[in-house]
Formats: sequence, structure tokens, C-alpha cells
Amino acid sequence: MKIIVCISKAPDTTSKIAFKDNNSQFDEAGVQFIVNPYDEWYALVRALELKEANGGNVTVLNVGGAENDAIIRKALAIGADDAVRIDAQTADALYVAKQIAGYVKANGADMILLGKETIDYNGSQVGGMVAALLDVPYVSLASKLTMSGTTATIEREIEGGVEIIETSLPFVLSAAKGMAEARIPNMRGIMAARTKPLNVVPAFEATNSTEIKSFLLPAAKTGCKYVDADNVEELVNLLRNEAKAI
Amino acid sequence: MSVLIYTDSNSGTLTKNAFEAANYGALIAKKEGITATAIVVGNTNDIASLGNYGIANALHCNDASLSNFDPQKIAQVIIQAAKKINATTIVLAHDYSGKAVAPILAAKLDAGLVSGAIALPEGNTVKKAVFSGKAFANVEVKTPIKIISVLPNSVDKAITNGNCAVENFSCEITSTRLTVKEVKKASNELSLTEADIVVSAGRGLKGPENWGMIEELAKELGAATACSRPVADIGWRPHHEHVGQTGLAIRPNLYFAIGISGAIQHLAGVNGSKVIVVINTDPEAPFFKAADYGIVGDAFQVVPKLIEAVKKIKA
Repeated sequence: MKIIVCISKAPDTTSKIAFKDNNSQFDEAGVQFIVNPYDEWYALVRALELKEANGGNVTVLNVGGAENDAIIRKALAIGADDAVRIDAQTADALYVAKQIAGYVKANGADMILLGKETIDYNGSQVGGMVAALLDVPYVSLASKLTMSGTTATIEREIEGGVEIIETSLPFVLSAAKGMAEARIPNMRGIMAARTKPLNVVPAFEATNSTEIKSFLLPAAKTGCKYVDADNVEELVNLLRNEAKAI
Repeated sequence: MSVLIYTDSNSGTLTKNAFEAANYGALIAKKEGITATAIVVGNTNDIASLGNYGIANALHCNDASLSNFDPQKIAQVIIQAAKKINATTIVLAHDYSGKAVAPILAAKLDAGLVSGAIALPEGNTVKKAVFSGKAFANVEVKTPIKIISVLPNSVDKAITNGNCAVENFSCEITSTRLTVKEVKKASNELSLTEADIVVSAGRGLKGPENWGMIEELAKELGAATACSRPVADIGWRPHHEHVGQTGLAIRPNLYFAIGISGAIQHLAGVNGSKVIVVINTDPEAPFFKAADYGIVGDAFQVVPKLIEAVKKIKA
């Protein structure tokens, strides 16, 4: 079975977010980049578990420039067999989805896994777009995935509960918490990652449909109003009469 | 030119997020001087109530094949409805359903999608939260059709008292390879993303056996319960309660953080809350910087008193 795991580069979760050039660009100074946690912890690790159980091949796929190679090597260190980087500067989700779909159309895949969203642009868009471009089922926000032959049984989150669904290969799945447990690469994995293939392929022709014009930071809170621990009724009064929240 | 809103239903009634999306779409239509139409799929009883959110017309596609949630099929219906009314803006809620449907629509229509919008568009530019709530971005849509999914609890409702005419809408639906085997609805639990008030607790509670008072406070307030990531990771609380950067992002009107220090990742998931109350023994807890109201004190003493005070005011 040929599994493709799409990975995105994202700022570490502890990053302080700042902007430059008149708030038009994300300021990368001092920011450490990681594999987007949902892609790594859930999609990649589940793909590796399926491969370990049933055989097959796990390819990590990234759209971006050479600066992304470090995080791609991390995914290889965790256990992916090989990597592909589509050499393109990401413009927006639809642009990225067209790159991934272009690659899959040319090279084939039984299963495409990715995280439910990236922690930078929080779009939740690429997975569904890839599925639509390939005309295959899209299972979003999946928390469990088991395979029996070519049939997948998947648990996904829906409004007010979960749903168990069945689909057949190929499909696209976005992974959420519960899918797998994060793995930390070991020394052997890190050494092996250095020599695993990382193939760079040219970008497919596409244009972006959206563009970020500017960023802004949320207004700071004006200050916390403290209430004495012995005067809890005062808090309830404030919440009712001042904040009008209860 | 017109606005089409996909309004999702759950167990036969429209969801709170659906009404918010309807309201958002109606406000865009009003601003641009065009019409807003809702599209509803599957068995839904309260479509006419969309009139109270500025929607005068709804299309209802109650095809038997739509009884289970299948984003590919719903996208087919929306695309046909968009064609019928010549929609130039399509609005959905950025919830479980919208996250599945919106990207399919965007790819099929080759249209720009802004997901998680928190304000009405200014021309073709839409404001959304990015970096998991740590910042906002103004995103311009460059395609003739724009698709916007609205973050729950982020745009105020303008309630009107109008009528909504419901028209049966039949469309071509091709089958997919997806079969729903079982639906497990959470038992009467208030959905975290829809709750107006959320009571959340962290490691400061010392163990899962101490959550009784959190649940009681939530019950008295009509609130949903949530937790920090460490608490979900060590199994004190179920994963679906985890709010924060890698859990759920929520924006309730009122958020109680009890025994949660306020790590940057946790704050990212909750800082869209309108009012934040922090209860923590540590006066240096970073959460106080993001709080509107704070009590420096022991949760085990403060929370029972809080329950009594809430009971009193609600009585």
C-alpha cells in the first residue's frame, strides 16, 4: 500500500507571533520551525503503524522551498521511507492542494493523510481540496483509522458526536487527536534519515485564489480585575452586572 | 449576484452555527444590496425560522441519499443551488460540517476560500484568526466566487422577525464511496464549540476524582466543561474536552480557567473568549495577564463557594 502523508512547516507552538514590513509579513526571526503537529503526531504516525502492520510504503510530501528540508528530514527520522518536496513557494491552500493533486495524479497513491489543520493559518482546507481535485472521498477530523484489505473503517468527529464510516481506497483523510500517539525519533532513525531519498520535483502550474493583505495582533486585555478569594459573591455580581455574562 | 448560505442541521433541527452563518450571509447581502438564500439538506423541521435571521428564501433538498453526512454529496447540492441563484458569495459555518464541505466546494468551483472568518467582509477582504488565535489576517479573495466559513460565536446576531419561504429543491446527486455505519451522538452534553459559557480546569485540580465540583459549577451555569492539554494527555479527562492550540479553539462569552497556568498554547485556543475568569493559587500564573477577572486562591475552597453564589443569583 502506497501512503502519502502531506506535511506542512509551522512555527513551534511556543512561538511569539510578530509581523514585519508594515504588518504584511510573518516575522520569522528567532522562530523555530517544526512539522505541523497534526501532520506529524497523527497522520504520519498512523501511516507508519499501518505500514508496520500491513506492509507498504510511506512517502512524506511537502510543498515548499529548500528551507523546508530540515523538517522533512525530521519526518524521515520518525520513520517515513522517502520524501518528495514539490519546489514551490506556497501561495494559498488551493495552490498547495493543486500541487499535491498534480503529484498524486502523476504518481498514484492509495491513501493520502494529513493533519486536520495547520497551526499557522488554521485553514482546514488542503485535505478537502486535494480530495475534490482527485475526485476521491474526503474524511475530515478522523480520530481512528483501521484497514481491512482495501476497506477503511474510520471514526470521525461530527457536530455533537462521532460517526463510524467505511470507505475504500483511495481516499484523503485529515487526522485529529486520538488517531495515534506522537513518536520521538531515535538516534538510529535520525542517522537513517540522512540517506533516505528526498526527491525534489518542479511545481505544477497553478495560481493562488486568495492573498493575505495584512496581519494584526489581538488587542491586549486592559487588565485583570482581582476579587478576593473570600468574596466570591462579588465575582458573581461582577459577571452578572458588569460583564453581563451570566 | 447573490449570497448562498449552507445551513447545517443536526437531528432534524438547524444548528446554532447554522443560524450564525445565515445571519452573517444575510448581513453581507444587505450590505451589498443583493439577496440571500439558504440551502438546507436532509430532514429539517425548522427551516422557516431562518426568517428570524434575515433569510427570506430557502432551498430545501430532502433527498433520501442525504440522510447521513457526506461532504461530497452536500458539496454537489450546494454547487447546484449556487448555479440556480447565481451565487457570488457562499457562506458556511467553520464547524465540523463546514470544515469538511467548504474545501471541496472551493476546489470544485476554483474559488477562494477564507475559513474561520470573524468579521463581515470589507469588499473582497475578510478578517480571520491565524496562528491558532495568536493573530488575525486580512485575506483578499481574488476569484469571482468567494467562499467564507464563519467561526462560531464571532459575529453578533441581528435578529429580525421575518418570514422565510421554503422551496423544495431537487438535484442530481451522484453516489460516493462513503458509507456511514454508525452515529454516536454525545449524550445531551453541550457542544463545546457552541457553548456560551465554558468551565475549564487543569492540573491544579490534582486528580480526575476532583472534577465533580467543576461539573457541578458547569451545570449551575448551563456551561460546557473543558480541560487543558496535560489533563487530557494523562487521561483525567476525555480528549474531546482539550482546548488550546492543538485541541479545540473556542470563543465562548465566558470562560472559567481553574487551576490552569495559561501556557501560550492554551491561551491560543481560548483568547477569543469575550470574558475570561482565572482562578489560580499562583499569583504569577501567566493566565492572569489574559484575564478580565481573577481570584488568587485555592480552587478547592473557591469553587464550592462559587457554586453556592451562582445558585443564589440564579434562584
